[in-house]
Amino acid sequence: MAEALAQIAPVEGLGMITIRADLSRAAEAIAEAAGLSVPDMTRIATDGSRALGWMSPDELLLILPVAERDDAITVLTDALAGEHALVADVSDARMVFDVTGPHADDVIGKLMPVDLANLPPDGLRRSRAAQTAAALWRIPGGFRLIGFRSTADYLRLILENAAIPGSQLAPR
Amino acid sequence: MSHTPPFRLSKGGRLIDRAYQLAFRFDGRHLRGVQGDTLASALLANGQMLMGRSFKYHRPRGPLASGAEEPNALFGLGQAGRFEPNQRASTTALVPGMVLRSQNCWPSLDADMGAINNWLSPLLPAGFYYKTFIHPRPFWKHVFEPIIRRSAGLGRAPVDPDPDRYEQAYAFADTVVVGGGIAGLTAARDAADKGGRVIVLEQNPVWGGRTPTDHDGGQAAIDALLADLRGRDTVTLRRNCMATGLYDHGYLLARETLADHDPNQGIPRQRLWRIRAGHVITATGALERPLSFACNDVPGVMLASAVRDFITDYGVAPGQRIVVVTNNDDAYRTALTAQRAGLEVVAVIDARLRPAGDLPQAVRAANIPVMTGKAIAKVKGGPHVEGVALCDQAGDGRVTGTLDCDVVAMSGGWSPVVHLYSHCGGKLIWDEAEAMFRPDPDRPPLGADGQGMATVAGAANGDLRCAGDLERTEGAPMPVWVMPQRAPYRLRAKMWLDFQNDVKVTDVELAAREGYASVEHAKRYTTLGMATDQGKVSNINGLAILSAALDQPIQATGTTTFRPPYSPLTLGTIAAEARGDAFQPLRKTPMHDWHARNGAAFEPVGHWRRPYSYPRGGEDRHAAVTREILAVRNGVGTLDASTLGKIVVKGPDAGRFLDMMYTNMMSTLPVGKCRYGLMCNENGFLMDDGVVARLSDDTWLCHTTTGGADRIHGHMEDWLQCEWWDWQVYTANLTEQYAQIAVAGPRARELLQRLPGTIDLGQQALPFMTWAEGDLAGIRARVYRISFSGELSYEIAVPANRGLELWEKLHDLGRDLGVTPYGTEAMHVMRAEKGFVMIGDETDGTVIPQDLGLDWAISKKKADYIGKRAQARSFMRDGGRWQLVGLESLDGRVLPDGAYAVEPGVNANGQRKTQGRVTSSYHSPTLERPIAMGLVRHGPARMGQVLEFPMPSGEVMKARIVDPVFYDKEGARVNG
Repeated sequence: MAEALAQIAPVEGLGMITIRADLSRAAEAIAEAAGLSVPDMTRIATDGSRALGWMSPDELLLILPVAERDDAITVLTDALAGEHALVADVSDARMVFDVTGPHADDVIGKLMPVDLANLPPDGLRRSRAAQTAAALWRIPGGFRLIGFRSTADYLRLILENAAIPGSQLAPR
Repeated sequence: MSHTPPFRLSKGGRLIDRAYQLAFRFDGRHLRGVQGDTLASALLANGQMLMGRSFKYHRPRGPLASGAEEPNALFGLGQAGRFEPNQRASTTALVPGMVLRSQNCWPSLDADMGAINNWLSPLLPAGFYYKTFIHPRPFWKHVFEPIIRRSAGLGRAPVDPDPDRYEQAYAFADTVVVGGGIAGLTAARDAADKGGRVIVLEQNPVWGGRTPTDHDGGQAAIDALLADLRGRDTVTLRRNCMATGLYDHGYLLARETLADHDPNQGIPRQRLWRIRAGHVITATGALERPLSFACNDVPGVMLASAVRDFITDYGVAPGQRIVVVTNNDDAYRTALTAQRAGLEVVAVIDARLRPAGDLPQAVRAANIPVMTGKAIAKVKGGPHVEGVALCDQAGDGRVTGTLDCDVVAMSGGWSPVVHLYSHCGGKLIWDEAEAMFRPDPDRPPLGADGQGMATVAGAANGDLRCAGDLERTEGAPMPVWVMPQRAPYRLRAKMWLDFQNDVKVTDVELAAREGYASVEHAKRYTTLGMATDQGKVSNINGLAILSAALDQPIQATGTTTFRPPYSPLTLGTIAAEARGDAFQPLRKTPMHDWHARNGAAFEPVGHWRRPYSYPRGGEDRHAAVTREILAVRNGVGTLDASTLGKIVVKGPDAGRFLDMMYTNMMSTLPVGKCRYGLMCNENGFLMDDGVVARLSDDTWLCHTTTGGADRIHGHMEDWLQCEWWDWQVYTANLTEQYAQIAVAGPRARELLQRLPGTIDLGQQALPFMTWAEGDLAGIRARVYRISFSGELSYEIAVPANRGLELWEKLHDLGRDLGVTPYGTEAMHVMRAEKGFVMIGDETDGTVIPQDLGLDWAISKKKADYIGKRAQARSFMRDGGRWQLVGLESLDGRVLPDGAYAVEPGVNANGQRKTQGRVTSSYHSPTLERPIAMGLVRHGPARMGQVLEFPMPSGEVMKARIVDPVFYDKEGARVNG
């Protein structure tokens, strides 16, 4: 049997913090507290360990090792004390999969209406995977996908189904 | 008269490879084809011209065409779960081991009893069913409809689940070219030159369309274009991929076949592409039209293009002696092709008086007789063509001679394939010169920018001679809608327009006489174009006949609406990944696996699966509910409440915002307290409820119903983003961040106090409707003193990843207390015992809080809240509205949920008048009797009165109106 189109690997140990604020006012404070510059619209900034993603005009998502989560919430909350802002821990609400391999694009392309060819290296797309909400961005060798924890089994199943050997999208 | 069955030529066939023989079965017979065959070419090669029976008269039919327009040669294909009806022989590639069954015949294709309808055909004109089965009226339902339903439909529906896998995929391109013929490939090259991504879709396995078949040097021209396109990395060439529909915003659907009828490949059978195209170029070619002469449906009468396709592409001769009948030059190609293949071309019969183009001249030069101004009066033969009777085209069908032949190759001209252009609103114009509808360049389907989103290239655009330098000069065609021109009724009654549905020239004329002047009405009255081929060959001929009968120009008649899909799609491609375990996303709570391990009977709540109850031993799910309720009322139980919506609302304007969202006052709720709240929509109707906790000065946490979490979050954001964009409020849906466990029952506090932690759970420190947070069993937790059961109750929220740990700890530590997991049904019964309403039971989108006696939860002080104005309208304040009461069954039986209470008299429709209905009804294990709630007109003022509920059996159940709170009216138990 040929190989699956991509490897589907759940990722553990990530903390996630939702930040809502007026980004035109609070960008500097957030950048300093998060340790990353605030990304442009539909982009994600990363330093290899942490990542800060643009989720909407007034929402960011900070992704970091879970061990750093509690401190980061405190630092962010303090940094935004004078602002109208919301900092919320959403680490447990999410499920993360890495989809990697030479045909990772094909697996994503079967499930998410995302124009991957036009997704920049630092692009982040909020979309859906078949019938469940999901967002993705690039990692070396493929993509990182986040979805909701309640549909983790579904997400894994559809990713594995989309990756069955021999089903690459290239014209035959 | 002699007749030669079809056969495989000794050489030729550009698409086949004779080295690879493929075995297949047809109606039990073992046959062989070769690699590259379609089912049609393989059957012809085996001498099989008879391929089907027409739908209505069961007339014998052979293949008419060689492509997607084929109306006759349809088969049941495959076995068991892979059986599919109506598979088109002309477009289905032969795969080794295929099993074909003929359709619409009994006992066999050759001897079909249904053919008796053919003899009855004078009695079965258009509209026969409408006229005949009207009277007597009761006969329709009990006699006619069952008979018609049994005989309706072509092919048998499959009964087993389809075991194949299907998938979908998304693609994006600046230009999508549909059609890989010479026009499409040229358009693709031009588009690629201009820049951007180009996708080219070709429905067939091979590129080139008609060009390689029809033109010397055609294949070379196609190969050159393909080489150019393959050298560009911006171009994607995808064959076996049929564009099925074009929709708004350049959304194009296309079906790619990957392993059609070949499950051993182990890959998805088909893939549905969902393409966003910046611009679509349809280069979909044209379809040849039949000519309407008498008995033009006898097997062996084929489109001229199909005859040369079978010869050139598959090395198959449909017969030995061929007559070509035409109104245009193109069909002369068939005469040349057939002669070159060594077949006898008896004559070309041309309706025109003076055909003088290059092709007629070439045919004459090849010593093939050309008879001009002539027509076919009638085809001779029953199960196959034996000859033709000739007449003058300008005459009334008087026979002037006969020709002996076994194949008639006919051409009535060509119709551009305008389907995709028309799907999304593109308009057509009638081209008098070429006698065809072609796309109107001034009225294309429009994109979001108001500009045309599709253009048309090549034959699809009416440019029938689009192969450039390869083309020869052709003379003008002559419109021929009936052959001969003044054919009498007896001939017109044998001229088929729609071959699959058996619609003849006389049927359309009858429809016109009976007043069906609209082409859409005539279509439905006669069933013209309503078969599985959707009228690809019959459409234009039919509306030309209709126009003539109505004595109006064809442009005035217009066409019927072209709707997707272009050709039938397998339902599997539409469902794609959504089948089996992946049919829908099942949402699971952090404790889901524990529930499953402990025997939970799950029920769907939205996409969630929640335990309905946990049957033990030999219990059924209802016995389990009774046990769970008694365990909670007498001890302690746990409920997985993780699915409840949890929306945090924060900001300087959050209080003001929540005062608008809820009917009651949330801004005054002190920090540390909880309040039950109601949410209404703009029409005043109750849409959600839940407990709101104030977390801090500027932060509230709103609980919603399980099904309401996403909807209510969206509702909040809608108001914040669209109406009150200047209010400083942020929301976040934290539903899945927390696992939430309700611990309820008189021993709930005792159980929780066994957990180490920092939270004082005592009555003084944590009274009813308050919350506290801290450490509980080493987990960061928030504890709410709220109760939906009426018992002493705590709801504990912890991070979702720790939910299972806490749940298991409670069950370990509470074993001696008899701690019992309880499900949603126990929760429902207990809340009903307490008279608490349930969104979706007591409400149905037409109920306002005032109907439910919830006036106490509606602030009188607030200037406004969503729904307030609506609730002030006269119908909402009307004392006659149905209001919440309890219902006590008089005979100890449980009232059926939804039963109506009647009152004397009937309404305008003759239906019994009603005055109320049951909204919740259970057997109460606590009270050991039935309880129910309902909505009754003037209900609260009618305590003690008895209502009557007629049952479907005719029996009447009776119930007394009582207070809806059945249990612990004073509310003492909530404090333990």
